[in-house]
Amino acid sequence: MGLKEDVQNTLGELALDFLECQGDLSVTVPKDKIVEVLTKLRDNLGFNFLSDVFGVDNSVFYEKLAKAKAKKKKGEEDKEEEPKGPPPPRFEVVYLLLSLETNKRLAVKIQVPEDDLVVDSVTCLWKAADWPERETFDMFGIRFKGHHNLKRLLMWDEFPAHPLRKDYPLEGQGEERILEYND
Amino acid sequence: MEVRRPTIEDWDNPGDLVTINIGPSHPAMHGTLRVIAQTDGETIVSAEPEIGYLHRGVEKLGEHLTYHQFIPITDRLNYCSAIANNVSYEMAVEKLMGIKVPEKAQVIRMIMMELARIADHIVCIGILGVDLGAFTPFFYLFIQREEIYEIFEWYNGARLTNTFGRIGGVEADLPEDFEERWRKLLPNLKKAIDETDKLLTHNRIWMDRTIGVTAFSPEDALSWGFTGPCLRACGVKRDLRKDEPYCFYDQVDFEIPVGKHGDVFDRYIVRMIEMEESIKIIDQAIKIYKEFPPDAPLMAKVPKIIKPPVGEVYSAIEAPNGELGFWIKSDGSDKPYRIKIRPPCYMVYQAFPELVQGEMIADLIACLSSLNIIAGELDR
Repeated sequence: MGLKEDVQNTLGELALDFLECQGDLSVTVPKDKIVEVLTKLRDNLGFNFLSDVFGVDNSVFYEKLAKAKAKKKKGEEDKEEEPKGPPPPRFEVVYLLLSLETNKRLAVKIQVPEDDLVVDSVTCLWKAADWPERETFDMFGIRFKGHHNLKRLLMWDEFPAHPLRKDYPLEGQGEERILEYND
Repeated sequence: MEVRRPTIEDWDNPGDLVTINIGPSHPAMHGTLRVIAQTDGETIVSAEPEIGYLHRGVEKLGEHLTYHQFIPITDRLNYCSAIANNVSYEMAVEKLMGIKVPEKAQVIRMIMMELARIADHIVCIGILGVDLGAFTPFFYLFIQREEIYEIFEWYNGARLTNTFGRIGGVEADLPEDFEERWRKLLPNLKKAIDETDKLLTHNRIWMDRTIGVTAFSPEDALSWGFTGPCLRACGVKRDLRKDEPYCFYDQVDFEIPVGKHGDVFDRYIVRMIEMEESIKIIDQAIKIYKEFPPDAPLMAKVPKIIKPPVGEVYSAIEAPNGELGFWIKSDGSDKPYRIKIRPPCYMVYQAFPELVQGEMIADLIACLSSLNIIAGELDR
């Protein structure tokens, strides 16, 4: 039995979507069930090692997909535009899991909409999530509920933006760190 | 035996504690690392590392460069073993595109990566010695490191930032007298490792300063996401070269050294043995290399403009410091949509407060050197 079936059986309805790319499997799960899902995967499937946690800003990705779709349609025939559903959530948080026994890897993804940037922290399961979650907060502004020390990691504390978001320019916005010294 | 470390609650009057700032620019802190430690006399009650002083936005840069242009950027991650970074990134892109690299190129990569591993371990052990007051091994080892860099320089003109390999293979064959050079270097390298071993391993002062210092349990290490020599020193036999073989690692014979206590001494010993194992691997790899005809292909068929299909992959290799992984998401254009680097020492360094709690300040420096934290890789 393949890994996909195992994950499907273990998670049941919690597995919303699977993506397979060059042998890498990733599964999308509901945002508010992430701790439950990871606990299940850890205890039942032996994914006992957390490799990494990071965020992805998908806003430009969806735009490009929509454009490509529109182009394709134009080439075929002028159809009426399909009714648009709600836009897909902007951010994604990816958890890279690894099973030390079978050496299998699995990516677990949750979709985080822009108006609700709060995710449960998984530091209760793996201490390794400590800094990666802080970095995700730093770079994307996603807050992790239950994290013991959620503050900026790489940028300085007063930094006003979240630099890995796609709308942040590569050259920066002229932020400067001004240190104030107390006599 | 469980070690109970004193915490901040054990002090009746926390006001008596002295806060000491070490770094970010300090001769004993490697690169730009900063630790804010609360101390009671010489004992560390709590230590908080602060990172980001070498943050250059490598991941953001990657989104604005083409796939090939990003290879030189990966040099600047772990600058002690740039070749391992290059190969790790190239392998991730190759996986994304489904390219199969010619076997001869894989062997060349393997030889170069193992040379880089030796160079990286030499830096770690040499600096660890310097930090603990043993200056001589530093010179013995660094002369040999220089020789290894000569080989790199002679292969592609760069010493530290090699920009080794291309997506789909390597740029050039090994020079004709590579084996000759290696044979010339080998006895000196072995002798240097041997002399370091004689000078340090059974040295009374060395043992006192390293054995039992910042010991770590395997459960804690796994929970913190340790990989590489630091994890193996804790007694977990895990090495991607054996567990998820890539290149020709499944066809060469080598051992994985494992420690027991996860202290500074074990990390040192694991690295020492790994250097010897790397020498063994290179010797066998050269044998495999010689079986290929001189005109065997070095590059797979790769389009001039690299445009991987939409998708996302994660690919990791065993870099000298541990699992170095690249997660790449492609949107079908010639630039990666998102690159996430999983640097090994990032995961190791976040456990630093737990590692050094209850130890002496001098041991903090020893611990830091033995973990081999490279700021370029940590901050990206």
